[in-house]
Amino acid sequence: MGIIIDKNTRAIVQGITGTQGTFHTKLMLEYGTKIVAGVTPGKGGTAIHGVQVYDTVEEAQGKHSANASIIFVPAPFAADAALEALENGIKTIVIITEHISIKDAVSVMTYAKQINATIIGPNTPGIITPGESKLGIMPAHIFKSGSIGIVSRSGTLTYEIAGGLTRKNLGQSTCLGLGGDPITGLNFIDALKMFEKDAQTKAVVLIGEIGGNLEELAAEYVAKEKHPKPVAAFIAGRSAPPGKRMGHAGAIVMGKAGTAESKIEAFRKAGIKVAEKPNDVVKLVSI
Amino acid sequence: MKLFEYEAKNILVKYGIPTPQGGLATSASQALEVATKLKPPFAVKAQVLVAGRGKAGGILFANSIPGVEKAAEKLLGTQIRGIPVNSVWIEERVQVKKELYFGITTDRFNQSYVAIASAVGGMEIEEIAQKSPEKVIKFLIDPQHGFHSFHARQIARKMGYSGNPLSELGRIFERLYCVGMDYDAELIEMNPLVETVNGRFVAADARMIIDDNALFRHQEYRKKLLEGEGELTQQEIEAIKNDLAYVKLDGNIGVIGNGAGLVMATLDTIRYYGGKPANFLDVGGGAPAEKVATALKIVLSDQKVKALFINILGGITRCDEVARGILEAKAKVGVTKPMVIRLVGTNEEEGKRILTEAGMHVLESMEEAAQRVVEISRHGGK
Repeated sequence: MGIIIDKNTRAIVQGITGTQGTFHTKLMLEYGTKIVAGVTPGKGGTAIHGVQVYDTVEEAQGKHSANASIIFVPAPFAADAALEALENGIKTIVIITEHISIKDAVSVMTYAKQINATIIGPNTPGIITPGESKLGIMPAHIFKSGSIGIVSRSGTLTYEIAGGLTRKNLGQSTCLGLGGDPITGLNFIDALKMFEKDAQTKAVVLIGEIGGNLEELAAEYVAKEKHPKPVAAFIAGRSAPPGKRMGHAGAIVMGKAGTAESKIEAFRKAGIKVAEKPNDVVKLVSI
Repeated sequence: MKLFEYEAKNILVKYGIPTPQGGLATSASQALEVATKLKPPFAVKAQVLVAGRGKAGGILFANSIPGVEKAAEKLLGTQIRGIPVNSVWIEERVQVKKELYFGITTDRFNQSYVAIASAVGGMEIEEIAQKSPEKVIKFLIDPQHGFHSFHARQIARKMGYSGNPLSELGRIFERLYCVGMDYDAELIEMNPLVETVNGRFVAADARMIIDDNALFRHQEYRKKLLEGEGELTQQEIEAIKNDLAYVKLDGNIGVIGNGAGLVMATLDTIRYYGGKPANFLDVGGGAPAEKVATALKIVLSDQKVKALFINILGGITRCDEVARGILEAKAKVGVTKPMVIRLVGTNEEEGKRILTEAGMHVLESMEEAAQRVVEISRHGGK
């Protein structure tokens, strides 16, 4: 179980011949993820860790009919890669690439919405359903199968919190990285809806950060829809000054909008417990 | 990348958006020369990238050419909210009948762009939204269809305009959208957009932020950014060139970590224990030795730093590489400040061994390490 991916997910890797693509294809295969093909324009006919490489997604699809793609293509070409996957019938796409421009991201999301496809990222560590499948770059050993769903805007902070949960024997159903960019595919509300329907998930951890208002909207959703599973949260960036981008393109307080205080307050009003420090999340979900 | 007012206005002019006649000056005599080509009265505006420039004394008015020279002299070389004024923009002062607001920015939830307009302008849009929310008009742009003349006219109509003014405003809105798209603007706004006493519309001030991730399409601005013409400090530029993310803060604990969220959380944890972080520095994924060394150099260039906290959670980042980077940098830069290191993840044992053998202390928990470094920052490492 878990959400979005499972052991039957058949994925292609776009940008498989690059350093990151090659390295993580190996790790994903070792984890048991079904990587059925790779795509790099101009490198068709070669193979990476036994995975056949094609020049186009069209060709790869013709032979392997995958239902997911993970993208490691450099930023200026990543939107093109995502659109190529979408147009060739792939409905779940994980975009690992960082530094994709907003305009490019908007064009990908617009098309994905139209054909009802799921985009994870960009600028995400990906998604892992422990013990079943991983489409991402996260270190697998810190995760453990269990009943906590994690949805996060940050990679290493997810590892920090998931690692803490695992040490206390609190396994995870699925850990989903939304991505650190201002424009991403899935948001917190989408993830909450999916975790609500997933029988394996008993509690949800939201890991947010400064910038935008997606956390506030999630809080509103939880309060209004009376989300049936306990939700705990952590928000990074209480000490971030306004107008400064804190690493992630999306982590910026503009004027008075997008502050950690506003998000924490919204969560608390919605009855969501907010951890003061990352590892306090463990206490909040153990109760 | 934030553009200066004069840069944004020069772009607006190219697209046929009316702005006040004006020119740039970096000295008082140059300001005088600019003013001779303009009609009084004048506005002399400090070109600094800070919010609330007007309130902070960054805009002066003059009725005569000598007055412009005096105003320029007063502004140049001073600081506005801590930022030095290197140039001033001199323009013909517009005669205001009404101040409006129009801007375009991104809408994260709808994964698109949104046009925001208000018949009340001249202050920050958030402030307008707070004081008179009924005046704020939001129009979500469908990226596939774009923002057309009729959309622009609908907005102008909602702002209470009709006849010629409606058409003129509509044209200005539509053109601003074109500027925004062509320049990959994350935010573009005319605030105030002035309705003059003789019924014209003029962008009296303009703000524009180009999406940093789109700068590869705007090499001219990328070059300016890296040459230090914008708001970035030398350290920030050095960081960008080395693919690091650095933000200076005002405390005394230097921080280096991997991953934006983790570093933010590290700063927050330091603050939680009563310490004051000196900076944000994300070395990113991979974090090879050389990159960590550069990171240390950048952080230590801040004289206020009393102690260092390095927080590395290895995902793809290998702890042994980080450990070697720390030693390499320590030797190269001659790090004498006390260092607290938290290192977990891939090749953790090897990383710890390398650092322990070099006489450093390595902690496993972020909270413990944060407490330790706060203590050291208070007692000078004794």
